[in-house]
Amino acid sequence: MKRILIQDTNGELKKVLREFSVSFKSQLQDRGLSGQAQVVVVSDIGVYNKGIVAKILPEGFIYINLDNAHIADIIEKTVLKGEKIDAIALDKKNKQLRIVLRNCGIIDPESIEDYIAVNGYQGIARALELGPEKVIEDMKKSGLRGRGGAGFPTWLKWNLARNVKADEKFIICNGDEGDPGAYMDRSVLEGDPHSVIEGLMIGGLATGATRGFFYIRAEYPLAIQRIQKAIDVAYSKGLLGKNILGSNFNFDVEIRLGAGAFVCGEETALIASIEGLRGYPRPRPPFPTTKGLWGKPTVINNVETLANVSYVLFKGGEEFGKIGTEGSKGTKVFALTGKVRNSGLVEVPMGISLREIVFDIGGGVLDNRKIKAIQTGGPSGGVIPEHFFDTPVEYETLQKLGSIMGSGGMIVMDENDCMVDISKFYLGFCVDESCGKCAPCRIGGMEMLLLLKKIAQGKGVAEDLTKLSEIAEAMQKASLCGLGQTAPNPVISTLKYFMDEYKAHVFDKKCPSAKCASLVTYSINKEECTGCGMCSRVCPVIAITGSRQDKYAIDKVKCISCGQCFEVCKFKSVVRQ
Amino acid sequence: MVIETLSEDVKKCVDRWKDREGNLIMILHDVQDRYGYVPREASLEISRQLDAPLARIYEVLTFYNYFKLQAPGKFNLSVCLGTACYLKGAPTLIDQVRRILHVEEGQTTKDGMFHLQIVRCLGCCGLAPVVTVGEKVYSAVKRSDIVDIIAEHAKIYQKN
Repeated sequence: MKRILIQDTNGELKKVLREFSVSFKSQLQDRGLSGQAQVVVVSDIGVYNKGIVAKILPEGFIYINLDNAHIADIIEKTVLKGEKIDAIALDKKNKQLRIVLRNCGIIDPESIEDYIAVNGYQGIARALELGPEKVIEDMKKSGLRGRGGAGFPTWLKWNLARNVKADEKFIICNGDEGDPGAYMDRSVLEGDPHSVIEGLMIGGLATGATRGFFYIRAEYPLAIQRIQKAIDVAYSKGLLGKNILGSNFNFDVEIRLGAGAFVCGEETALIASIEGLRGYPRPRPPFPTTKGLWGKPTVINNVETLANVSYVLFKGGEEFGKIGTEGSKGTKVFALTGKVRNSGLVEVPMGISLREIVFDIGGGVLDNRKIKAIQTGGPSGGVIPEHFFDTPVEYETLQKLGSIMGSGGMIVMDENDCMVDISKFYLGFCVDESCGKCAPCRIGGMEMLLLLKKIAQGKGVAEDLTKLSEIAEAMQKASLCGLGQTAPNPVISTLKYFMDEYKAHVFDKKCPSAKCASLVTYSINKEECTGCGMCSRVCPVIAITGSRQDKYAIDKVKCISCGQCFEVCKFKSVVRQ
Repeated sequence: MVIETLSEDVKKCVDRWKDREGNLIMILHDVQDRYGYVPREASLEISRQLDAPLARIYEVLTFYNYFKLQAPGKFNLSVCLGTACYLKGAPTLIDQVRRILHVEEGQTTKDGMFHLQIVRCLGCCGLAPVVTVGEKVYSAVKRSDIVDIIAEHAKIYQKN
């Protein structure tokens, strides 16, 4: 059974598209092929501005700029013989490379047989043959660095824990993905739970840990369910427990749940939370690799890191090391969201440019608006303006630009997004989530937020801008943990790249993107107004009055700048300034 | 609210975790799964059974956002305020919910029907902005959709 998927469109092509699909169906019928091929109009194939686009399954050929003349050819060659017609095929280089997401959506996550069929648990088998020292050596060759954000070399962390003498050691999988706008960990936990368990086992073997913990957000019920099921099955198959695969390696795993505290993504706070305490971070050193959970050496690895580990051990470190750049090996999963056409998870080799991610994979900006910046690293990261989009994605290069790789949120912002508003949003998040233990984070964050609110209300003065950068610097230097140290990053980077927007708010009392409600005014252009009265009906404060003859007008004293009239007006006669 | 089986319920939750270290958070999760929130009586009971001071339990309860100390409404209406949802207009949705239900964040309507919750990222940013009512997820929600979403559930409520 062949399927011909035709991408639906809006606008001028709509009619042509309908004719095309009808004619395709009738030609199939004429040739008596209705039972062998099915034509379906789908909402999105992911190819834009290329006329009528169709995808043929199961081959997966994508044909572009089609018209009725091509139908006979497609039926003759592709439908009947399965051949590709190069003249109309989309020449698409696949820029994605799936390592972490290698099995997601392909295998049944609840079936261990499915995972084993795609070489699952071969990594731990190889690791058991190699022994701990060689596993760490192999990891060193691979060059894998932590995917939680900071990019600490995984082998080094393991080696530190390995070299500490203790009667018991622990390894924890950090699945407390609290960064708003990132969901790669959830996808891996839900889509390929065994690969993470395998990674955790390998880590346990290498470091000498005999107990592993999954720390997962309670907000991810399906991920918890899948991991629990995977653990149970692994126990029943003898892959967890005592004498794994006939060796003398013993390893136990259990799940502990987070409870909605962003700070618990920080290593020492996470440990406190597993211990059943408030998630307060503590000063480092001693690092968890020396003194962690219940005072024992503890390694904490991110979900994505561990999914990489099982792949590295299966393929060998050298093989993995061929992907990516000198300092940043392998791939990175990004959650591409915001004002981008194709939002979703993308996995790309390190070293690809930001432009390629946003435009070639993401399909560009929604509604063809102008792109302003992208934000990486969530509340701990920064914004990167358009003129740096050709920068390769690596830990160091992103850091140089004032952002970070982070856990992998990548949010596209267009000209309608106000940078003051954005930094207010991120900072508000960190202020909410600050645990309150140290003063720089607790007080500094709040003070900065008040300053930003003041600026957004048009009450800012020149002094506020210098104050902002001073507090930001103090917070970076003096905060106890990663949350406080990185919380000012969004503010610092927007100040650096979008100072003109801050100045417009402070000196001209204008919001260039018309986002900050107090600085936006609405009025009605009487020449354009048709007198339909929609605006008057939606206005919550009855500030809009008029009639069909006299047209409508906004009473500026009553107006609360909610913007509902602007949204509802079909004739674009409500003016926003 | 009087829960007659409270003592036994709590005992079940406590027994499941009794022998493990750092079990308090997991016990509280179990209790919240059972009642939808952690009633004060349950905290007292846990304190008795674990032989831990009540302050130790409240210290944890009040630190973590996930634990609720008050009974939730019949329908838990959550508006996502993750970055993607924020950019795509979630604040206007919250405004609209406030206007219709006359509740602020974390409050329940007088009739106990809706509880407004603001959440930070549900992890489905491709669907932004997202609103959930109970288990049901609404994607790409517009301000004008809010009335219908609320009405849909109010009808279910009246039917039962």
